[in-house]
Amino acid sequence: MVSEQGGAAATQASSAAPIKVAVRDVTISYGGVAALSGVSLEVREHEVFGIIGPANAGKTSFLKALNRMDSFTDGMGVEGDIHFDGVPVDRLRNVYALRKRIGVVFPLPVGLPMTIYENVALAPRLSGINRKAELDLIVERCLMRAALWDEVKDRLNSLGSLLSGGQQQRLTIARALSQQPEVLMLDEFSIAVDPVTTMRIEEVLKELRSEMTIILVTNLVQQAERLANRTAFFLGGECIEVGDTAELFAGQVEDQRTRDYIEGKFG
Amino acid sequence: MAAVEEKIEGVVSNRGAFDRRNTDWYIDKLVEGLVFLGGISAILFIIGIFVFIGKEGLGFVFETLDLEEFFTSPYWEPSDEDAPEYGILALIAGTASVTGLAMIVAIPFSLGAAVYIGEFATGKTREALKVLVELLAAIPSVVWGFIGLTIMNPLIIELFDVPVGLTVLNAGIILGLMAAPIMTSIAEDALKAVPDRYREAAEAMGATRWQVIYKVVLPAAKNGLLGAVLLGVGRGFGETMAVLMATGHAVNIPTSVFDSVRALTATIAAELGETAVGSDHYGALFTIGIFLFIITFIINLLADLVVRGVRKG
Repeated sequence: MVSEQGGAAATQASSAAPIKVAVRDVTISYGGVAALSGVSLEVREHEVFGIIGPANAGKTSFLKALNRMDSFTDGMGVEGDIHFDGVPVDRLRNVYALRKRIGVVFPLPVGLPMTIYENVALAPRLSGINRKAELDLIVERCLMRAALWDEVKDRLNSLGSLLSGGQQQRLTIARALSQQPEVLMLDEFSIAVDPVTTMRIEEVLKELRSEMTIILVTNLVQQAERLANRTAFFLGGECIEVGDTAELFAGQVEDQRTRDYIEGKFG
Repeated sequence: MAAVEEKIEGVVSNRGAFDRRNTDWYIDKLVEGLVFLGGISAILFIIGIFVFIGKEGLGFVFETLDLEEFFTSPYWEPSDEDAPEYGILALIAGTASVTGLAMIVAIPFSLGAAVYIGEFATGKTREALKVLVELLAAIPSVVWGFIGLTIMNPLIIELFDVPVGLTVLNAGIILGLMAAPIMTSIAEDALKAVPDRYREAAEAMGATRWQVIYKVVLPAAKNGLLGAVLLGVGRGFGETMAVLMATGHAVNIPTSVFDSVRALTATIAAELGETAVGSDHYGALFTIGIFLFIITFIINLLADLVVRGVRKG
């Protein structure tokens, strides 16, 4: 299946993998003003798909469109086709079922105002799991995989919002994992996290990619290089190009702007 | 060495510029003083009111009044010439029963309205509703009392086939409707104070609208919501005119919602004008005032503490 090394070898494997998310000619607008226009790309199963680009490139809007968070944002409109497992997401009656299959990690960590335990147990509870033993197991496993268990195992009943920023971000990841998502979307997760925690979370992601598809929006170009099999470059509301990460970073680009951005010449 | 000294001297000679008082400095001090006056005036007024009520009532409390009788006797007969009785138990029962029923009416209405305005309504609907709720809160209490007298009274008589319509039921409903708007406003503020990122996080997990509200928003806002309810209770205790008009104003410990009662506040309003200043009756009314003051003070203090959120662990 997917190589642990990332890069070119993994891409060859993943190019044979089935398509998880297919996006065709998607335009996203707020109150009639386009934030992202004409994006077409495919995310394959079990790959880490990186999205890089400067602010206002439309990266976050793109993620919101994937799990239909647009319905709660005033004036946000999505045109074009987005298919999840071959199913068009704009025609779903039960968007909640779609969202349950997609875990989201936001730029700023969101520790919900409940205990650490309840933060992680919330999604399973919403899915109807109520047996204590079962929940205990899920909570422990998810915190363990998010590399947070050792730090919080003795205080699972203290408030999640009292954890430090880096711990809260790992709590958010644990919470996303508790949904047993097929796709994990991370939106600039390291923006409020110290470098050491960032590296720990990156290690976590490397382990997760054998089990799920990861869409990684990042403001750190090197992070995409370290983690992503393939990378898309967004700029000013357009998807400039999508390519194999190793090739892009080796300079094999179709568009000069991609090379400039990767080399830090702007953005 | 000489150079250093020169420098220090230079600094010293500069100090004058830092000490000079200019127009900005005076305006700043003036505004500070005015704001301070405004700020402490509220406290001064409260203390003043307390001193006044205490002066008029406390003498009576310590010299004449039998406190045990005052709180345990259900007989309020201050005009009895031979043996006037000052028992406020029935009045407390009146106020409590009306306030209790009012909360039963107001809590579901106000919390429902707050959740709708805060979580479901968007754009113009939301703004229109908020303005309407604030408008409702501004209706004078005598108007509510009027509604109790002229609309609710015959309605209750007809619907339930009872002889009198000016009852706990009538006043409770009226008071509940009166308290609901202000409770809605405060409860909505409490919901608004819950950060949107909590909602987004829960929504992203696949929680439905109701699950988001029930599992995340309401628990996060529970202090504010409790505060809203407590302020409603405070309002109920303190309300006078509507209660005077809708309860029937009969000294009575109610056994059902179809009994007429009399409230503490209404008693003061109805009787104070007809008593001789300094008489026992006058003193007894002021004692009720002190009691009400203490009760509302405690309720408001509690509400304030709860809203600020006495956090666990």
